[in-house]
Amino acid sequence: MSLFLFLSQLLNGLLDGFYYLLIAIGLSLIFSLGGIVNLAHGAFFAIGAYLAIAISPYTGFFGAVILVPLIVAGLGMVTERLLFTRFYRADPLYSLLLTFGLAMVVEQSLRWAFGSAPLAYSIPDVLRGQVFLGDFIYSRYRIFLIVVAIAAVAGLWFLLNRTAFGRIVRAGIQNPDILAAMGISLRPYLSAVAGIAIGLAGLAGVLMAPIVPVHPAMGAEVLTAAFVVVVIGGLGSFWGVVLAALLVGLVKGLVIAIGLPSWSLAAIYLLMFLVLMLRPRGLMGERILRFE
Amino acid sequence: MSLVSKFNRRGFLRSSGVFAVGALAAPTILRAQDGPIVLGHLTPRTGFLGPLGEYAVMAVDLAVEEVNAAGGIDGRELRVLKEDSVNPQTASTKAERMIERDGVAAIIGEISSASALTIAQTAERAKKLFINTGANSDALRGADCKRHMFHVETQNVMYVNAEGQHLLQSGLVEGKSWYLLTADYAFGHDLSAGAKAFLERHGGKLAGEDLIPTDATDFSSFMLKIREAKPDLVALNLAGTQITSFFKQYGEFGLDFPLGGFGFDTAMAWAAGVENFKGTWPSVWNHLIQTEKSQAFTKTFMDKYGKPPENQAWGDYMAIQIMAQAIRATKGTDTAAIIEYFESADAKFDMMKTRQGYFHPETHQLLQEIYAITALPPAEAKNEWDIFTTAGPLPAADQPLETLIADAVGGTCSFGS
Repeated sequence: MSLFLFLSQLLNGLLDGFYYLLIAIGLSLIFSLGGIVNLAHGAFFAIGAYLAIAISPYTGFFGAVILVPLIVAGLGMVTERLLFTRFYRADPLYSLLLTFGLAMVVEQSLRWAFGSAPLAYSIPDVLRGQVFLGDFIYSRYRIFLIVVAIAAVAGLWFLLNRTAFGRIVRAGIQNPDILAAMGISLRPYLSAVAGIAIGLAGLAGVLMAPIVPVHPAMGAEVLTAAFVVVVIGGLGSFWGVVLAALLVGLVKGLVIAIGLPSWSLAAIYLLMFLVLMLRPRGLMGERILRFE
Repeated sequence: MSLVSKFNRRGFLRSSGVFAVGALAAPTILRAQDGPIVLGHLTPRTGFLGPLGEYAVMAVDLAVEEVNAAGGIDGRELRVLKEDSVNPQTASTKAERMIERDGVAAIIGEISSASALTIAQTAERAKKLFINTGANSDALRGADCKRHMFHVETQNVMYVNAEGQHLLQSGLVEGKSWYLLTADYAFGHDLSAGAKAFLERHGGKLAGEDLIPTDATDFSSFMLKIREAKPDLVALNLAGTQITSFFKQYGEFGLDFPLGGFGFDTAMAWAAGVENFKGTWPSVWNHLIQTEKSQAFTKTFMDKYGKPPENQAWGDYMAIQIMAQAIRATKGTDTAAIIEYFESADAKFDMMKTRQGYFHPETHQLLQEIYAITALPPAEAKNEWDIFTTAGPLPAADQPLETLIADAVGGTCSFGS
């Protein structure tokens, strides 16, 4: 294999990391703030993809890219208000059961509403075609996808680190009791964070719908990889998740580049295993008293 | 464990079901021949083959409805127990339960070659029939063949020979290089061996091959490798939703090497959409075949489900019809009698095609015509279903059906004693 192809595979792997990022960062936020492991996060990803197919005949693809995350975020806030709130202080096992059940309900509902066969959905004509960076070829659509993903993640970083909203959320992650003692109610922030996190999963759904098969179980497929990213990155750390997503992509690319594609999925679990051996809190995980 | 958790909903249904069946069966127990005929149906309904399994289930429901509406099989009602086969281990457990507990006369179904093997082993031990409707691996008709297993689904070599004919005619074999993408499990490995043997026989060479995990959805790295290898043909030995992912991303990366392949299901072309579906593919059956029977089946299915039947729907529908015909011919559900019937020269089946089909006695493969379909350019597609055209049946009318299974890989079949 040529050096060029080897480098292309590494770069491609790195770029792949951005898809994981959109899902993983929301997963990490919901867990860090409320202590809920949202096994239904993938289900919202699937809802995003199906909604894109349902509404794009009326709104066009770009309309769907803007509207679907908002709708899914709304669903996320409703879910948070009706379901998550009851489990913030409970044993994490209960919220695991809850979200696992929710994921199944959503998957079956999608199957019931749209059928089990995958639905067709294509890249909009404007974004068809390839981009050449020197000799490296890349799909124009994926460049668009990565730009949107980076913008969304950068927006989230700004929100968390440069606004009053973010300060309270970060304080809530570290110590909700002190926050309450200071007279700040965390409830509206929990709803907002669930909305943002789940909205990002919806965004990932719209963006992936043109390039992967859209079928009811698609959520379960992305969820496992996203969990691996969160675990590797470490809880409560924004940059940890970003770093982990890119690392997971890079490792996948590397395994394929050295000619072992059938190992590409196993490799990310090996990576997780290694990281947990060396750094049990993940790469950049913070020490959060509640979870120790 | 508490009493409550022991006595769950399933347990309750099971025990009340036993009572109900007992009560109903009591007056007729001496005339057991008149009771319903019960068949078991196992097929994957989740995972990467799940979308195909769903079509199988729809077709079974339709077939049972039709058989019973026409007065059952020799006056006996037909019942089919349907379950998700999930994976090879679960498939064999469920098969065992259907045979031991539910007393099914035969098991029908499956798509995964790996699960088909475990079901066949269970059925063989219990001396019950297993009619395979979706697993293609040659090994199931070769080294792993079983006396009690019959195959309605075509086997890999039939696809290799049919698609191979097309590729030979298009000048894509001799002196040409192929890049293979292969599903990393029994079916893909088997198909890859067949494809490589064909390529070697006809003087082509391999540009590269990748084994792809069954749940992989991102093919971008393979697109880069294919582009670097510059093959004359990209040939797919993929299965299920892998095929859809490939089509979508091949279009996305704008590669235009000729496409073809040996594993194919219509649903995956529909899921890729007319913009992304390209190339010529083998097809065991499709809804555009212009025979009276095929068109009638397509219409009934469309009326009931609002979409045309997929080839997997056809396979499971045919299996029910074939079992019904065998039970009528042998006047019962005796396994030995049905095997004898299937192996005899009288057993001919209307496969909704031009020629009748029959089981090859040495491998239990149902010999039948197959087709090649070619993707239409997007502008010519009339709707989301009719996105390809279908060629006439293969082999040509003057060739025996046996030519399709020549050069099978996967070992020699021996049914033992």
